[in-house]
Amino acid sequence: MSDHSSPSRPPPSAAQPSVTETYELSVNGRARSVPDAWIGESLLYVLRERLGLPGAKNACEQGECGSCSLYVDGVLLNSCCVLAADAVDADIRTVEGLGDGGHLTDVQQAFLDAGAVQCGFCIPGLIVTVHDLLDRVPDPDELQVREAISGNLCRCTGYGRILQAVEDVKLARLADPEGSS
Amino acid sequence: MPISRPTDLAGALEVLAEVPTADVLAGGTDAMVEISFDHRRPEHVVALRRIDALREHRVSPAVLELGATITYMQIETELAEHAPGLAMASRTVGSPQIRNAGTIGGNLGTASPAGDTLPWLLAMDAEVELTSAARGTRHLPLAAFITGPKRTAREADELITSVRVPRVEGPQHTAKIGPRNAMVISVACVAVIVDTTNRVVRIGMGSVGPGPLRATDAEAAVSEAIDWEALRCPEAAIGAFGRACAEAARPITDHRSTAEYRRHAVGVLAARSLRRCLNA
Ligand SMILES: Cc1cc2nc3c(=O)[nH]c(=O)nc-3n(C[C@H](O)[C@H](O)[C@H](O)COP(=O)(O)OP(=O)(O)OC[C@H]3O[C@@H](n4cnc5c(N)ncnc54)[C@H](O)[C@@H]3O)c2cc1C
Ligand code: FES
Ligand code: FES
Repeated sequence: MSDHSSPSRPPPSAAQPSVTETYELSVNGRARSVPDAWIGESLLYVLRERLGLPGAKNACEQGECGSCSLYVDGVLLNSCCVLAADAVDADIRTVEGLGDGGHLTDVQQAFLDAGAVQCGFCIPGLIVTVHDLLDRVPDPDELQVREAISGNLCRCTGYGRILQAVEDVKLARLADPEGSS
Repeated sequence: MPISRPTDLAGALEVLAEVPTADVLAGGTDAMVEISFDHRRPEHVVALRRIDALREHRVSPAVLELGATITYMQIETELAEHAPGLAMASRTVGSPQIRNAGTIGGNLGTASPAGDTLPWLLAMDAEVELTSAARGTRHLPLAAFITGPKRTAREADELITSVRVPRVEGPQHTAKIGPRNAMVISVACVAVIVDTTNRVVRIGMGSVGPGPLRATDAEAAVSEAIDWEALRCPEAAIGAFGRACAEAARPITDHRSTAEYRRHAVGVLAARSLRRCLNA
């Protein structure tokens, strides 16, 4: 674990003018151009600061908190630990891309209904993580749920209502496999 | 182009031959933290994730060979049968997100004294395969590959291509101590292999020295005490094994723990892991 200096800040471009790259990312099914970006930038930084997608949150920038969770080629990752310039030709899906046409997903709705959201900062990461879990493991026991969200830190809720929300989605999906989103 | 995205090993080695200062990127879970906190400023990156051959494992009657970019998640799911101890250790790494990204080659490349795969690899007499365009392939025993805390014998133009261990029968167990069950760097960890093929107990210890350590005296004594037919061991010998492991540790005091606690903990973990192996 590193000291908190100034995370995600590319070095002054004057210092290393040449170490930039222009590339294209596929985010939520759309091709997005990233012109002249410093090669060290994380996917989290590029999404938030260059592409205007603030859903993935930056809380630690060292892989500890999970608030920046997203999918790369269907695999759940912390976007602060992904080099953006290496994510070309990958299918990136952020929390913004989970619901279709502005509708909440079943997981998002369950978080609201269960009162699982307090300050909300950890929630986008948790939403992606819970989707990942329930899409892979439709009927997880509590231990599996706790292990699955062990990399998503919440400073507010104490997790009780988050676990409740996961249980609610699980039961709803098991009862109506067609209705899940 | 400051980033290379080779699709085969030869392509990656070519880049490293031309630009030996390039930063190798596997899962990024160590490298990206360093970059984001400005402890490392890459001028050229060689990304390995498109090289399918590095993500494979091979099982022969005598040897298990693991490609460098095999992730913890793959080890947990695909290798639980061939490398049960390594699979247990992998499951304690970070979080699901970290295990989906982090690789065994990255754990070797970082060579942290707390690297959770290293005790198992050392106990298994692992050999690290290093490959360069100029000199081809060489194999180093793990103990020679790791030259100090976060230091390795890798030359700048070399890639870690795989790591191989002999295949042995018998129960294995790993254990780790930290402040919570997930997302912690080991304060102490062990891997114990009751190797019935060679009738020796193997132990690797982590976070209690500059790199992973064996406890050879402890191994020799307990291997004598075990009844290899029944796979039983007198309780006194298990206790002595734990104490001898604690003695063999070379822990330091740092912000995560004290040397005294680490020494005590590693002895407890060693005895406990042996008991678990023997169902004692
Ligand atoms: C939140 C968090 C929790 C963590 N928890 C743990 C834990 O519990 N236990 C643990 O052991 N580790 C832990 N780590 C550290 C890290 O996840 C592991 O060391 C992991 O194995 C690194 O692999 P990687 O593929 O991500 O490596 P990268 O970050 O891509 O690379 C790591 C280093 O190795 C070099 N490298 C990588 N692959 C090669 C190769 N094939 N050839 C040559 N050089 C190479 C890179 O240049 C770099 O210097 C944690 C990290 C984070 C961020
Ligand atoms: S911001 Fe990525 S894990 Fe915390
Ligand atoms: S709701 Fe505030 S951090 Fe989780």
